[in-house]
Amino acid sequence: MSFSPVISFDNITKKFSVRKGVKTQYVHALRNIYLDVFPKEIISIVGESGSGKTTLLRVLSRIYLEDNGSIKFKGEIIPKKFKKNKELKFRQEIQMIFQDPFSSLNPVKRVYQILKRPLELHKFEQVNQRIRDVLEEVELTPVENFINKYPHELSGGQRQRVVIARAIVTKPSVILADEPTSMLDVSIRAGIMKLMLKIRDDLDTTIIHVTHDLAAARYISDRIAVMYAGMIMEEGTADEVVLDPLHPYTKLLRKAAPDPDKVTSEKLGNTGEVPDLINPPKGCPFEPRCQFAMERCKNWLPPYFQVDNRKVRCFLYEKPPTNTEF
Amino acid sequence: MLLEVKNLNAGYRSNNKIVKAVKNVSFIVEEDDFLGIAGESGCGKSTLLFSILKLLKKPGEIFGGEIIYKGENILKMDKEELRKKRWVEFSLVTQSAMNALNPVFKVKDQIMDVIFEHSNYSKSEAIGMVEKVLHMVGIQKERMNSYPHQLSGGMKQRVAIAMALIFSPSLVVMDEPTTSLDVVVQRSIMEQIDEIRRENRFSIIFVTHDISLLFELSKRIAIMYAGEIVEIGPTKAVYSHPLHPYTEGLINSFPRLTATSKEYRGIPGRIPDLSKEIEGCPFKERCPYRKDLCDKKPEFKEITSGRWVACHFPR
Repeated sequence: MSFSPVISFDNITKKFSVRKGVKTQYVHALRNIYLDVFPKEIISIVGESGSGKTTLLRVLSRIYLEDNGSIKFKGEIIPKKFKKNKELKFRQEIQMIFQDPFSSLNPVKRVYQILKRPLELHKFEQVNQRIRDVLEEVELTPVENFINKYPHELSGGQRQRVVIARAIVTKPSVILADEPTSMLDVSIRAGIMKLMLKIRDDLDTTIIHVTHDLAAARYISDRIAVMYAGMIMEEGTADEVVLDPLHPYTKLLRKAAPDPDKVTSEKLGNTGEVPDLINPPKGCPFEPRCQFAMERCKNWLPPYFQVDNRKVRCFLYEKPPTNTEF
Repeated sequence: MLLEVKNLNAGYRSNNKIVKAVKNVSFIVEEDDFLGIAGESGCGKSTLLFSILKLLKKPGEIFGGEIIYKGENILKMDKEELRKKRWVEFSLVTQSAMNALNPVFKVKDQIMDVIFEHSNYSKSEAIGMVEKVLHMVGIQKERMNSYPHQLSGGMKQRVAIAMALIFSPSLVVMDEPTTSLDVVVQRSIMEQIDEIRRENRFSIIFVTHDISLLFELSKRIAIMYAGEIVEIGPTKAVYSHPLHPYTEGLINSFPRLTATSKEYRGIPGRIPDLSKEIEGCPFKERCPYRKDLCDKKPEFKEITSGRWVACHFPR
């Protein structure tokens, strides 16, 4: 892509300290993250629990601060400590959608108040009109039926729509969505997914979507980044990553994902366990489980290798790919 | 026939309000069967499962019906008869089974507790059984001396499954056994369960809301909606040609991992309130093919061999 990224992670590292008796140990939640996110794209961060995908979102939204590296937003490094007015502007530009719509809405506030508060904080004008507009955008129509409801009067899908309305009400340029459909019933997930696609098209928003569901990621996103043990292992267009995974971990994830259309019945067998993030392996974190592991994978962290338009953190792709099988 | 559920009605009673969570459900489980029960939250699938084993606790209540297991009605059995059958004839694995392990006992002691409660095996025989069953679920025998906190979530769930298999029961009932686990672990446990089932030829009733997983792995599938089974049949046939509009809607509700067609729709509306009496077909409010006749309750009938559906206008 020729235009410049809206967000770019440059060598981000995040550790959390855990006390074990008198010793302090560190959980390496994010290690050497490089990722560019381009305007108006939907990028999905896919990974299992503990892979650091939520931490990545939280570092970007300044819930956590990175230990090393820097994040650029529209070309400027996001400071660790904001000047007051800068912070307000930043928070207006980057909004979040959380996993659980049952706990992310204040139960004693009506929909109207939930949507009014961000507008007041960010000093928007024509508040009432703006609230009606966003409710229409998230398809909670007729607006009169919803605007004075309390969250408990709404179904799960409707609540998540209110959460999305709250996120877009300040006209952000980036939305961070942390598993927005995983708490919802299957039959209403499609509606929320389609709404996110519609918002991107209507409002030109960039969406960073975190999920563990490879099929959902393929459906919604332009690109997918696969995380494992705090690192991005593979990054490419959604169809490429899912249909023709390169990294051995992505291959495993693809084989494990439920797929009723599957034709072969290839067994996974024993796949080992996720590494301990307190003492992560010195080399590639996937090496202990990898069937293609080589000697150097034990001791060296693979850098990104470019394969066509994709980036893969695996020594298998060190040479330009040829027709021979590895 | 291993198990026959006949006109089962169950639900919850509170403050003069009755919630009918399972309504007139009838189905059979054959020997060597893998029946998946799919449905969204609140459709009564867990209530059905717990009723089958007569484990439904207050305020839950079985209002009527029969559950015939190997010719005997489970609902008529008293506590002592049931106690003898549990673990030996049929067992249960729950979603939180891994948290049900007692934190202060070693894995082997917990499994042996089940063995001694239900048999007269000696200690050394029991240890042999524990080793064998742990091996079956893919846990090294050295691990039987571990405490639950020393095991990962996946291993704890494997221990819970091992415990359910210790007496090679004929029926294992599983309530979302892999829901709290990661996809890779989930897949490897499911593969193992299916392998053990094929080798030992027992039957599984498997309940989950992960419908794509169920469509991939089960032999037969039952689709529940608002407390009723609306369709039941061989999984492959149901997937390729669903008869009930709700089944069709569900199949179009999950994004495809590999298929090129990206039809992905969802179902508009929400499930009906189970505390109110529903007139006619429970799905009519959300059904795209609704006709006048749908105000009358459709009968649950066999359309072709092995395929049952409750719809006036099967697809």
